[in-house]
Amino acid sequence: MKLWKSWVIATKDFNIFLKKKRILYTLIILPLLISVGLPVMLSSMDNPIEIITLLDAFSYFYIILAIIQSSTLASYSILGEKIEQSLEPLLATPITDGELLLGKTISSFLPCIGVIYVCSLIFMVLSDAVTYNTLGYLFFPNLKMAFILLLAVPLSSILSIQLNVIISARVNDVRTANQLGLLLEIPFIGVYILLVTNIATLNVINVLAIIAALILTDLAFFYLNKSTFQRDNILTKWK
Amino acid sequence: MIEARNLTRKFGDLTAVDNLTFHIKPGEVFGFLGPNGAGKTTTMRILTGLISKTEGEVRIAGYDVSDESDSLKIRKIVGLLPENVGLYDDLTAYRNLDFYGKLYECSRIERKENIAHFLKLLGLWDKRDVRVGNFSKGMKQKLAIARALIHDPEILFLDEPTANLDPESSKTVRDFILDLKEEKKTIFLNTHNLDEAQRICDKIGIFNTKLMAMGTPQELEESVWSNKTVIELEEVTDTILEALNNLPLSNITTSNNKLIIDVSDPQKDNPILVDAIIGAGGRIQYVTRLSPTLEDAYLKIVRRDQ
Repeated sequence: MKLWKSWVIATKDFNIFLKKKRILYTLIILPLLISVGLPVMLSSMDNPIEIITLLDAFSYFYIILAIIQSSTLASYSILGEKIEQSLEPLLATPITDGELLLGKTISSFLPCIGVIYVCSLIFMVLSDAVTYNTLGYLFFPNLKMAFILLLAVPLSSILSIQLNVIISARVNDVRTANQLGLLLEIPFIGVYILLVTNIATLNVINVLAIIAALILTDLAFFYLNKSTFQRDNILTKWK
Repeated sequence: MIEARNLTRKFGDLTAVDNLTFHIKPGEVFGFLGPNGAGKTTTMRILTGLISKTEGEVRIAGYDVSDESDSLKIRKIVGLLPENVGLYDDLTAYRNLDFYGKLYECSRIERKENIAHFLKLLGLWDKRDVRVGNFSKGMKQKLAIARALIHDPEILFLDEPTANLDPESSKTVRDFILDLKEEKKTIFLNTHNLDEAQRICDKIGIFNTKLMAMGTPQELEESVWSNKTVIELEEVTDTILEALNNLPLSNITTSNNKLIIDVSDPQKDNPILVDAIIGAGGRIQYVTRLSPTLEDAYLKIVRRDQ
């Protein structure tokens, strides 16, 4: 596998993303608003238990954000090729299916992870700034957030991208693909609601359990995608 | 250069390509003619290693298309112009070509030189920094041709290169293909345009799931009928027709004041015909050979199958 070819495909996609306002909005404005807005919300609270509950829930929210971001990028990246009918000339070049899929994964994964890391840093700094007086210590950085950012966020991003590959094989509209991709959010939002309402708590064990579930689902989707993302299927079965 | 033996592709119960066998020599321009849905694009996709075959053998420049490592080598020496141009509307013409140049493993210098060369040749150099989304259909088609050539391939596969283009753009594209023919590129041309095939192709295959006929344009034309002589008279009378019917001729048709007669040996038969007509009091104005066209050949061959 020639990794540089995947990088060529990814950088081409980056150039296209920069020209699409909807992508830029979802990619930058939405996480930025959330990362600044959530600490602002916390600044008016003075109950340490409530603050900790919400900080845990907001930390977890970055997993959901990774799904939203990656789904948007992947639907443009993969389905965009299908809509512009550029898959045939692309597949006619000396690239392997694996190089193409890796390129598409990089183009959806890297901007998403990059933006989430920058925004989560802003969130952590602002949250610490507004909660330090009430809590008496710096809530961030902590082990849970480290696991979320370093493992759960990348794994959920990859899961969202893989789901979009399957969706792209079956639909012909970016918005539909995006909406279907966001169905993946439902179980994660369910967990988020449990966290916000304090029915469940976020501890390291729970985070590791989520990570384990993500790894298993990612592997299952990987094997499913191996047959979906084959040139023969792409050109003859993707409708 | 391109060799297919008993090539078959099935989609479930549907056979898209049935037992296709042909051989194209280096530097030859092969026209692949057939109605819509005949399986031409499927054949081209198999030949370029894009999709798999069900049965048979295909070799491109000696490489086996069904072998994965050979398939990569094939794609390096092949240029493809698909039916749908599939360019990136959000990128400029230059960036589109540069992207493909990288994937075809051209060096930076090669890319720079080839992009400039083809964009200038196809009249798009001034538009190199314009987003492709703003291009006309003809401009996109020319850019897609430049893309197919960016890595200087030995073999070109062109799927309907002039379809839906205005006459001027069609001519530019056709002239460009003729230039490529001069450069001795091997070209596999899918087309509906019989005039285009006749002017460009060295060899033509008429295809409708199966290969129904193959030969040079002239061979195919002559396969329709061997020889017909058209004799235009001042007036076709019953006496003339009676005189001709007494000759051992297979078929005589009349149209206005013209007689169209099947002849087996024009040099021997035509003087006999002329003598018979004059003997019956006919006044001959013109004697000409009726030449069949590629269209006649194509329609006859395709309809024969239906």
